[in-house]
Amino acid sequence: MKLTVNGAVHDVDVEPDTPLLFVLRDTLGLTGTKYGCGVAMCGACTVLVDGVATRSCQTPVDSVGDAEIATIEAIESDPVGARVVEAWVGIEVPQCGYCQSGQVMAATALLKETPAPSDDDIAAAMTNLCRCGTYNAVADAIRKAAA
Amino acid sequence: MIRTFRPSSDPSSGLSRRAFLATTGALTLAVSLPASRVLAQAAASAPAPGTRVTAFLEIRPDGAVRLLSPFVEGGQGIATGMAQIVAEELDAAPARFEVECAPPGPDYLFIGGLRFTGGSFSTRTSYELMRRVGAAARDMLMRTAAARLGVPKTELTTDDGRVIHAASGRALGYGELAGEAMTLDPDLEVPLRDPATFRWIGKETPRLDMRAKSTGAAKYAIDLTQPDMLFAAVVHAPFLGTKPLSVGNEAAVKAMPGVHSLHLLDGAVAVCADSWWRARMAVEAAEVAWSDPAPTGIDSASADFSSAGMLAALRAWDGEVLEAEAIGDAPGALAGAAQVIEADYDAPYLNHAQLEPPSALAKFDPDGTLHLWLPNQAPEMFQAAAAKVAGIEPARVHIHSPILGGFFGRHFVYGPGNPYPQAIQLAKATGRPVKLVWSREEEFAMDAVRPLSATRFRGAVGPDGMPVAIEARTVGEGPMGRYFGAGPVDPSAVEGIVEKPYAIPNRRMMFGKLPHPVTIAFWRSVGHSMNDFFYESFLDELAEAGGQDPFAMRRALLAKDARRLRLLDEVADLSGGWKRGPYEVEGETRARGVAMASPFGSETATVAEVSVRDGEVKVHDVWVAFDPGSVVNPKIVRAQVESAVALGLSQTLVEQAVYEDGRRRDANFDTYAILDRSRMPRVHVRIVESGAPMGGVGEPGLPGVPPAVANAVAALTGRRPRALPLSSMTFS
Repeated sequence: MKLTVNGAVHDVDVEPDTPLLFVLRDTLGLTGTKYGCGVAMCGACTVLVDGVATRSCQTPVDSVGDAEIATIEAIESDPVGARVVEAWVGIEVPQCGYCQSGQVMAATALLKETPAPSDDDIAAAMTNLCRCGTYNAVADAIRKAAA
Repeated sequence: MIRTFRPSSDPSSGLSRRAFLATTGALTLAVSLPASRVLAQAAASAPAPGTRVTAFLEIRPDGAVRLLSPFVEGGQGIATGMAQIVAEELDAAPARFEVECAPPGPDYLFIGGLRFTGGSFSTRTSYELMRRVGAAARDMLMRTAAARLGVPKTELTTDDGRVIHAASGRALGYGELAGEAMTLDPDLEVPLRDPATFRWIGKETPRLDMRAKSTGAAKYAIDLTQPDMLFAAVVHAPFLGTKPLSVGNEAAVKAMPGVHSLHLLDGAVAVCADSWWRARMAVEAAEVAWSDPAPTGIDSASADFSSAGMLAALRAWDGEVLEAEAIGDAPGALAGAAQVIEADYDAPYLNHAQLEPPSALAKFDPDGTLHLWLPNQAPEMFQAAAAKVAGIEPARVHIHSPILGGFFGRHFVYGPGNPYPQAIQLAKATGRPVKLVWSREEEFAMDAVRPLSATRFRGAVGPDGMPVAIEARTVGEGPMGRYFGAGPVDPSAVEGIVEKPYAIPNRRMMFGKLPHPVTIAFWRSVGHSMNDFFYESFLDELAEAGGQDPFAMRRALLAKDARRLRLLDEVADLSGGWKRGPYEVEGETRARGVAMASPFGSETATVAEVSVRDGEVKVHDVWVAFDPGSVVNPKIVRAQVESAVALGLSQTLVEQAVYEDGRRRDANFDTYAILDRSRMPRVHVRIVESGAPMGGVGEPGLPGVPPAVANAVAALTGRRPRALPLSSMTFS
């Protein structure tokens, strides 16, 4: 099966219903994308599939087809993603950091779609869980990246 | 029957050597640990903790500094804090530092002869020692430079990684000097820097781990691999303590794609495979026959064990109680009171729900040495435990401690609550490195839980409306008693109920031990996470009985306590002046509650504003005035307080781990609710540096939150929450 990840095409030998998450992490070694719950509740596994924030733990790899997958490892090659990362670093959003790959991906998708998001836009798009409680810092960083 | 118990002050306990611990006023682990353990650690040949500079510092030729920290980074910012402290005395900017958690060893046993990252101990136990490490290293570099340049050391100065001889205009980089300098004997008496000249300590020095954690580059235990490694997944027995007897479809499981082997373990079935997903699919396809649990009772996770049954047992318990604290004559005062106020409080079991599922990567070298990479907050304790499992000497177990994807108390040694014993057995059985990852479902089945607890209060107010007596009876079990053999009264079960600062003349606090049949845990702020909710809520009940405003009553009860009185006034000021309400804001009715806490050597005063929306409590703002004595990084401290507020609110509003029919009810985040963005309030933190001995930071922000919110709910609705979470109450 062929998979386009961060601009490169990979040939992967896995069962077609394998979640994209584990193909990224264990087959391709892209461990920046995190496993948190496996049931699309926490958002730690968020990647972009053709620019759309997608929870890869509930995305069978054979459903992706030839769509472009972007992971956190390539986020700074995207101009919006690079701005998001700078805002994250400047505001010092992460604590343990485990959810932050997913938060950065979700924020990047939001700002690509809605360059100047309202508080309601942020609330609707940023549903990823953070056990360290960085929710306010995440919102601050999105506003900073949008400015 | 009541037996009197007083904590002993054994001078050999290790505490006496650390007066700063003794003066925190908090219950400390060091107080409770058996002296023999401490003495055993102080073997004559071992270096005293914090005295061997090379155990902590490596300075590379390019001037980069590798710091081996006694503490593990799990979000609390300790890696940056340690770098700031050492950098200040070493005179090399924190940005030059890479920080790793040190391997097991006697150099790092900073906490009463032990080491762990917990109890909010890290900075306060290491601050002086780590300054001294930095200062001694700088002195070694200067001595080397003096010899090389042929000048007296007194003519040398340093500046951010260089030794400078101003008179001759010459300078040498630390990286050029380090190879030789690090062979010298450290002079631990070298003078420390004048705090008035600090450049990094006490400042908002940028965190070192932000870019790696914002770009996916940070590596957690779950991300690690080894050549030729197998992935493993497990399914645990449905009841704690039961075992797999057989697998009916063993051949079919073994024939599944990528499967290497199937293993029956103690309390679990495991599959090793060439990917974790294949291992998981195979192990979950196994048709396992399990042994039966006990049919009934609370001595084990029996077939009818439940949270509700355990709570009923705690409430109904009539065994011997131990006196944890007695001041004045509470029984007499209560007997003579015109009115006695009584209330039962309880709080549920809780998961840690750190977002990184637990894992363990085990690898045996050809000589039988074991390497273990695992999330842990106590390397020496895991080393000892792993050695037992592997059947080898502890010195042959190498513990690697990557950064933690959250911990909150999750990563201590918890018997069946950790994956490492399984990983060791699988690595042994397969002869290959094995990375075992627990799925979220297995984690929520096996995570050690914050114990459920129940406290019954009795209290009375005098003719002036002020409390004259308070009595508490707490029944249950704390993690300190279970894992560290604490004395008859488990401090982790009663902290937050004893040693309260309020001038209530008659007090009696009692503890009755009734063990839990499940794996219990330390959970951020431990006993304080529920006991301060119990006590500060009941204090509001006494205020109401006496017709007092709860804020004014606390001020009156603290009239002679300048530090806490100031903190109350600071939180009132921060929140725009105390007002209880109810009052109207933005078209809805809101009210506020106040609570104080004295956890882990620090002091907090907390105010929360709430309303009820769509039948649920909505928390709008939380204000915290926080006095840890002094701080190393105010920005990190504020972030930690906000984080603690979030976790405190999570357990206040929505969270509980429920046992029904002997098993955990909730297997994943779809039904185990934690605080999400929609429930996150604005959080306002004011740091008050009173100059008191340094207290903890990571946990103290939490305990004031549940009672501040509950007191606000009572003010708003007239209904008094006496159990958590508040989602169990219905509001029309």
